[in-house]
Amino acid sequence: MRPYLSIVIVALALAALASLAHSNTLANSLVTATIIALAGYGWNLLGGYGGQYSFGHAAFFGAAAYVDAVAQARYGVNAYAAFVLATAAAALVGVVIGYLSFRAGLRGSYFALITLAFAEVMRVLANAAGITGGAAGTLIRLAPSPSHFQFVGRQPYLWIVLVLVTLAMIATRAVERSRFGAYLVAVRENEAAARALGVDALRVKLQAIVISAALTGLAGALYAQYFLFVDASIAFGPWISIEALAAPIVGGLGTVFGPLVGALALDGFGEAAHAVAGRTPGIELALYGALLVLVVAVARDGLQGLAVRFFAARRAGAA
Amino acid sequence: MTAPLLVLEGLTKRFGGLTAIDGVSLTLPCGGVTGIIGPNGAGKTTLFSLIAGSERANTGRVLFDGGDVTRLPANARAVRGIGRTFQITQPFAGMSVRENVAVGAYLRHARRNDALARAAEIAERVGLGGRLDAPAASLTVSARKRLEVARALATEPKLLLLDEILAGLNPSEVREFAPVVRALSAQGITVMMIEHVMHAVMNLCAHLYVLAEGRLIAQGPPAEVTRDPLVIESYLGKGAAARLARGGGHG
Ligand SMILES: Nc1ncnc2c1ncn2[C@@H]1O[C@H](COP(=O)(O)OP(=O)(O)O)[C@@H](O)[C@H]1O
Ligand SMILES: [Mg+2]
Repeated sequence: MRPYLSIVIVALALAALASLAHSNTLANSLVTATIIALAGYGWNLLGGYGGQYSFGHAAFFGAAAYVDAVAQARYGVNAYAAFVLATAAAALVGVVIGYLSFRAGLRGSYFALITLAFAEVMRVLANAAGITGGAAGTLIRLAPSPSHFQFVGRQPYLWIVLVLVTLAMIATRAVERSRFGAYLVAVRENEAAARALGVDALRVKLQAIVISAALTGLAGALYAQYFLFVDASIAFGPWISIEALAAPIVGGLGTVFGPLVGALALDGFGEAAHAVAGRTPGIELALYGALLVLVVAVARDGLQGLAVRFFAARRAGAA
Repeated sequence: MTAPLLVLEGLTKRFGGLTAIDGVSLTLPCGGVTGIIGPNGAGKTTLFSLIAGSERANTGRVLFDGGDVTRLPANARAVRGIGRTFQITQPFAGMSVRENVAVGAYLRHARRNDALARAAEIAERVGLGGRLDAPAASLTVSARKRLEVARALATEPKLLLLDEILAGLNPSEVREFAPVVRALSAQGITVMMIEHVMHAVMNLCAHLYVLAEGRLIAQGPPAEVTRDPLVIESYLGKGAAARLARGGGHG
């Protein structure tokens, strides 16, 4: 139980935060931040642990968001069934993109570019196709009742995301402590050496991208369910690809708490920037860029690493 | 006569215009320590890569333990029982010694506790017992070589390919390593080692192969092979054997 104790503590702290978030603005901000954290957990598994940096996690987020919305709006599928279907669809997109790019041996910047290209192609297609509602997007009919996975007020959504984020943390820890996790990190550190030790690198990367896509898909489906609307630039736009990678990088790449810490920090940072700079369009992106540069320059292991080193230094100082 | 463990048939490997391995055939029996020597650039490391599957041969076959593994990737060959170390050490830099070795141990022990326990045991055996939690990136040259051996050993290979694990070690470290290699052999692992440290080779190997410019030019017991004029010339240049025989060796 020890390895999961810290997760329990963080989950309880989140719960306390959520129960204090009475104002709609705060709850809204927290829902968005934790949905991004969830997407970040997906990215972190493949990028942080596996070393495969995707610039196109929007492909998974968007596939799930669209499937969730279209299944309900067009085909009258039950909201919960649509949610499960949406996550499965994201995983499937993960299999396809993973197979095509890893099979071809794409790594590093080539992998980043191909994932970006997939996401962009999907954005263009979603914007043009009939089934997705084209440029107008797809609305999920408002029906606020738990049986439709819709709730009055923000708080229920917040609890749902928090449960999912907690599950993502548990899943991440479980991966860390498994053979699969050891193989994944080995492939990141040195693929040739890993293969010589019997690691099927292609298979490990495929497994990682499927889990990664499913986690980010959960975030996409939840996003659609929360806003009851998707269009191409929300679902497949570069914004979510950037958020999904910025959160773990800022919080701590390849760590259990990195995506959560990073998403909350970025959210707080963005709010503060708005307060200071007003609603200048694009201010978040400029700030993200600045913050990423800062993190890469002074704290490669992110805020979590910074905190660990800070406390280690204090302990050493006290002793 | 028992079946051979490894058979190479007419292996050839080209890198662009360069033929690094040129029609190498050999038959390795089960057990024992076999040496591979030869000048730099002779193709020794490439030969190991072809056996372990890190590189694919252009022509020829690799038969291992009764099966044809020529088309199998490196990971599948590791499953069959071929382990290798890398001459240029390839640690998983971000992991501890224990975690590095556990990656190898996971091949036969799927459960984390088993793999970690096994890793600790093997690290101990190669003299890394005191550094289990050290980051691999912090290790000295000698410790990195030990880590290479430990990782490969953790896959529980039938054939272990050691690529210059003694290079860069000081004489006392070399002396410490000899019993480790002998113990592996005693335990039933067939060992093939590429080595330049001649007294270690003479000490450990019952049989030597000599590779020069991608070809096997001699083989036999170490004492004989090192007297072979062809071998001396491959190291020292044409006419060297005759000069040595005349007692000069200079000029
Ligand atoms: N991946 C590679 N690409 C191109 N040339 C290579 C490669 N690997 C080895 N070589 C060349 O093949 C020859 C044999 O190299 P190698 O097997 O490393 O020799 P040795 O281990 O005997 O010193 C050398 O000329 C080397 O430059
Ligand atoms: Mg070599």
